[in-house]
Amino acid sequence: MKNDNTIPCRKTFTDTLLELAGQDRDIIAVTTDARGSVTLTSFAQELPDQFIELGIAEQNAVGIAAGLASAGKKTFVCGPASFYSARSLEQVKVDVAYSKNPVKILGVSGGVSYGALGYTHHSLHDIAVLRTFPGMHIVLPCDIYQTKKLVHELVDYPYPVYIRLGRNAVPNVYDNENTGFQIGKAAVLLEGHDITIIGTGETVYHCLQAGKQLHSRGIKARIIDMHTLKPVDRNTIVKAAQETKCIITVEEHSIFGGLGGAVAEITAQVHPVPMCILGIPDEFVVHGTPLQVFKYYGIDSTGIFDNALRLLNSIGISKEMTGNTL
Amino acid sequence: MTKENPLKILELQLQAEKIREKVVDMIFSSKSGHIGGSLSSVDINTALYFHIMNIDPENAMKEDRDRFILSKGHSVEALYAVLAARGFIRDSLLETYGQFNSVLEGHPTKNVPGVEHNSGALGHGLSVGVGMAIAAKMDNRSYRTYVLMGDGEQGEGSVYEAAMSASHYKLDNLIAIIDRNELQISGNTEEVMMLEPIRERWEAFGWEVYDVDGNNIGTLVDNFASLDFSNKKPKLIIAHTIKGCGISFMESLASWHHGVVNEKQYEEAISEINERIKNLRAKITEYEKR
Repeated sequence: MKNDNTIPCRKTFTDTLLELAGQDRDIIAVTTDARGSVTLTSFAQELPDQFIELGIAEQNAVGIAAGLASAGKKTFVCGPASFYSARSLEQVKVDVAYSKNPVKILGVSGGVSYGALGYTHHSLHDIAVLRTFPGMHIVLPCDIYQTKKLVHELVDYPYPVYIRLGRNAVPNVYDNENTGFQIGKAAVLLEGHDITIIGTGETVYHCLQAGKQLHSRGIKARIIDMHTLKPVDRNTIVKAAQETKCIITVEEHSIFGGLGGAVAEITAQVHPVPMCILGIPDEFVVHGTPLQVFKYYGIDSTGIFDNALRLLNSIGISKEMTGNTL
Repeated sequence: MTKENPLKILELQLQAEKIREKVVDMIFSSKSGHIGGSLSSVDINTALYFHIMNIDPENAMKEDRDRFILSKGHSVEALYAVLAARGFIRDSLLETYGQFNSVLEGHPTKNVPGVEHNSGALGHGLSVGVGMAIAAKMDNRSYRTYVLMGDGEQGEGSVYEAAMSASHYKLDNLIAIIDRNELQISGNTEEVMMLEPIRERWEAFGWEVYDVDGNNIGTLVDNFASLDFSNKKPKLIIAHTIKGCGISFMESLASWHHGVVNEKQYEEAISEINERIKNLRAKITEYEKR
């Protein structure tokens, strides 16, 4: 039953925010003609005094959000990830991160969520760029249960956070809200000592599916949900490098500077292991639906499974175990 | 003739000159800084920090304090000097300006008591000010938010996004000031990128606009004191200033945007300022005798 979810994470996010804002007048939602795509329409109707519409002006929105936060408001500025991580990037750098204003930037329809709308609407650079701003935290929840827990944690979280969510409903990874979620603490979904597969956001589900397939072939894959890209869970990464033979990272992001980069920066310096970084290569994304795009670039469960076997084979590990199928 | 007590104005003028002296000192010893725009904005800073704004150096973060954002962050020497003169930071701290690991960076940061926002990249401050002003309205607080921008800064499109939203949300508690010294780093603003008609542009955005002599403290305090904070309109003060104001050889020259005085120029500048300080002190003494 758990994988027929029809609720997009953005809807869970805003529903939860509305519920909390009803009891806390300091919670403010700011948007830029994106109340529909963010799913803030109910929030705007029910709590108009806590809702700020700014029209199509992301730079202004982030600056205003910083001013609100500076004055003590628990501010969520919400709109498409592609615009908030690019058009208003300097405001995020200066007014949010550098000025230490704990604004929560909700980037919806992130990655290749907009699919056929094309490169202008994709955000495949956001993690790489935002990771370099000191003090900026980055979280990509993978399903509605984790999203709900995240919103509760964000309200009084004293740091600026960029949250990236997808557009469509995605299968749940967790069974219920008791996910033990904590910002900065990765979750191990499957234990194993042969290979580690680390996903973030919507790729976590695909990693888990691939992991189950690998386990059924006798390959003990450790599957990690790295929902927080910053501060990244260093201990879990080092442990994976020490205890398993190789690591695959899977992200809906450029292969430069995202999850793969974050993991490699740690393993290369602490405990080098063979790695494979799956994501979007250095090209403008192929035209297609998100699932078509995932498949094309091998970040769906089949692609991850195949790449896991390839990586294990390439380092000469148990061809009999992998079946030497590739 | 100013409506304010003439003695008060003389005292503010004296204060402004002392701040000018500090600005020249800081830039001479550190061999860096933005002297032209700092000197043009000294009188605005002095009027706000010594007379207009509700602030308390003993309780720099009190909730109902008026907010000041230096959106033209490069005029930071004037801000640091006024914060020291007003007691937010120690005078001796100014001597560290430009030195390794000094808290006084070349653009303002909140690490310095009394600074509300980190600035330096242009076109940011007004949006942040809009956010603070909206928060004040939401919380029924009486504090006001002042944002000082440069005239060259008016080239940034984000300024107009902020201007639009301030009138949309009827922020009569928001006061923007343009330090209109008519010069930016490459030369005359109208030659670099035409900004006029500033008044008409801002009025079209729904703002209440005032043209004021920005190096005349009496006029400045009168103007700030006469603002109507309940008319549902954000305010813009176009403060007509002179870049490098108060040092004759610097005035109205773009080359002094971030020029550094040599020893001879330093002596000349300080001597000009000291002459005015002497005259102002004499006038104050004379006034007090009456």
